[in-house]
Amino acid sequence: MNLCRVLGTVVASEKLPVFTGRKILVVQPLDEQQKPLGKSYLAIDHSSSAGKGDLVLVMNEGGGVRQVLQDKTAPIRALIVGVVDAVDVPKPA
Amino acid sequence: MYLGRVIGTVVATRRVSGLEGARFLVVQPVDHQNQPSGAVEVAVDLVSASPGTLVMLEGSREAALACDPSFVPVDAAIVGLVDEVDA
Repeated sequence: MNLCRVLGTVVASEKLPVFTGRKILVVQPLDEQQKPLGKSYLAIDHSSSAGKGDLVLVMNEGGGVRQVLQDKTAPIRALIVGVVDAVDVPKPA
Repeated sequence: MYLGRVIGTVVATRRVSGLEGARFLVVQPVDHQNQPSGAVEVAVDLVSASPGTLVMLEGSREAALACDPSFVPVDAAIVGLVDEVDA
């Protein structure tokens, strides 16, 4: 799973039915010191409690997503599965 | 899922079975600040996008699943038209 910062939201009125009613968030993967690591991408917010600036856990595997959403054909690969309270990774000495 | 800018169209009349009726568009993947963030690709369009439009795409297996009937042999599919990115 990726540790990500929520950068914001995407509004898309014209989309596949499976996305209806689901929040689409822009997420930025982070490294263990919470610095940006790679490109931003889009994730569906299943916990629907993540907002701009939050630290979240993003699962990037369609099989797991379809299991969580209980929808065998959902064309979704990135899903926010948790909002992070704290990350403790001491800097190497 | 990622953002992309539609930059063109592709016509390919000779194609494998399973792709009948699929409409192909040329897409430049972009990040939330509209900066190119990957190689240009060709995606099947499922939401009537057109050149210039900002879209959302799914790749690999999810692209195939997004098509109807499921599991059409594609690895990139446009699944939404983006009205606004607030980031």
